[in-house]
Amino acid sequence: MSKRSVRRLALFLAGSFIAQMGLYAQGRGGPPPTPQAAAPIDLTGYWVSVVTEDWRYRMVTPAPGDYFSVPMTPAAKKVADTWDPEKEEASGDRCKSYGAPAVLRVPEHLHITWQDDKTLRMDTDSGKQTRVFHFGDWKAPGGAPTLQGESVAEWQLQRTSGTPAPNAPKPAKDSLTGSLKVATSHFKAGFLRKNGVPYSENASIVEYYDLVKLPGGDPLMVVTVVTTDPQFLREPFIVSSHFKKQANDAGWNPTECSAKW
Amino acid sequence: MTCKKIILGLAMSVCVGLPALAEIDLSGSWASKNHEDGMERGPGPNPVDFAGLPLNDSGRAKALSFSQSIISEPERICWFQTQWHIAAGPFNLKIWNQTDPLTGKTVAWVIGGWETRAPMTIWMDGRPHPSKNAPHDQTGFTTGTWDGDVLTAVSTHMKTGYIRRDGAAMSDQATMTTTFLRHGDMLTVAAWVEDPVYLTEPYILTRSYVESPTLLDSAGPPCIPGDEGVEEGRVPHYLPGKNPFIDEMMKVYGIPREAALGGAETMYPAFRDKIKDKFVMPAKCKRNCGN
Repeated sequence: MSKRSVRRLALFLAGSFIAQMGLYAQGRGGPPPTPQAAAPIDLTGYWVSVVTEDWRYRMVTPAPGDYFSVPMTPAAKKVADTWDPEKEEASGDRCKSYGAPAVLRVPEHLHITWQDDKTLRMDTDSGKQTRVFHFGDWKAPGGAPTLQGESVAEWQLQRTSGTPAPNAPKPAKDSLTGSLKVATSHFKAGFLRKNGVPYSENASIVEYYDLVKLPGGDPLMVVTVVTTDPQFLREPFIVSSHFKKQANDAGWNPTECSAKW
Repeated sequence: MTCKKIILGLAMSVCVGLPALAEIDLSGSWASKNHEDGMERGPGPNPVDFAGLPLNDSGRAKALSFSQSIISEPERICWFQTQWHIAAGPFNLKIWNQTDPLTGKTVAWVIGGWETRAPMTIWMDGRPHPSKNAPHDQTGFTTGTWDGDVLTAVSTHMKTGYIRRDGAAMSDQATMTTTFLRHGDMLTVAAWVEDPVYLTEPYILTRSYVESPTLLDSAGPPCIPGDEGVEEGRVPHYLPGKNPFIDEMMKVYGIPREAALGGAETMYPAFRDKIKDKFVMPAKCKRNCGN
């Protein structure tokens, strides 16, 4: 290598180093981007459930006593065995199977929007539910538990190492890199399945929202939900649901909760 | 300090400062959590349960011709399971990478086999898929690419196999795509099959795994053809209109025939409106009730 080439290489490396330090300083010194601006993937828009799994537990109401593949405790079975769809329907509380741990298993359309630059909102047409995902240093207001509970959200760039580094470059707009992690607790007791398989008020969930690309490049949203409930589950109950992106609100059909359909 | 040392130092500073956004490590033992489709993946689905499958007329006709006894034929005992069994089966995953001995770079990810499913080797070195006229087998041929931290694997050159174990099939023209989404000690696998012969849309499944500290060996006994009593010259099947289980889902679960026969519309919420008045919820679970 000639002296001139060596000088050029050194100059290039020094330039790269200085540029990187600049980016790093920007990350540390400048105002951090809002969660909306920092979003590595775009989850907003209309989505529709693709029900290819657990069909007979989701598209129709399973029979009383059908608990296949749920790791229920004996206490859970005792509660579930008392399920009576007519009584549930008459009770006035028909939304027990639309709570945070179960609502994404309902065949439905989702509408995801930014409520503000720190809050992501998800509406469902089936059961007319609303979930709100809070980023940053949001503090739960407390009070009585609600059907959808309190959700804290964070973006994860490297799934194996947590939140993105301050100087991490933002992935391209249609990149698959990145994931939304949502932790939810403080919700009312409800049903994991329409036929009375219960979760308790002591349950909590962690969800991961990912995008993959279907043939043609259309996004598929994959949501993995881990429900932990020391009272009614022998081990964390893990299911993943998937949703196709919709071009618009076609098919959006708000309906009330039903306890037996 | 010599010039070389300065360059080396600068090069190292640049490299260390770069945030790692590329490949992640998928290797390890992953325990399958069969909390969804537990019956379909374990003991097996009900006969003529094609609900949620985007079958076309040919796919439905083929599925209805299926008799479970067909896999007792020596010629077909090992026929059943292609790479799709990763998504449709109940088994754990053992994943490791193969490295180039000279460069140390990963040339392939391997998902260990299980009984009648052969290992899946996901080639990462940019090699092309074989000619479309190349022979097909159960293993197929798979290549992978990273998009950020998502590994996407595409499998072709598989033989005809099942997509649900009650006879719904994919043809040897099918392409299978498998994506791997890691979240710390959890792995979500989203997979789909496209098949111009038997499906109108991609058939998608998503599965969940948890990293296991216990070594989960792959393999298991290889599939060995044997005589299970089907007399020579007979191919168990049902002729059109003669499948005796056509209303099994109605009998057991109150699910109407139009749902049980599948089709793309059965995958979407609007289909519920079509069957709402035809569905009859059984008074009590009759079989395979769990717990």
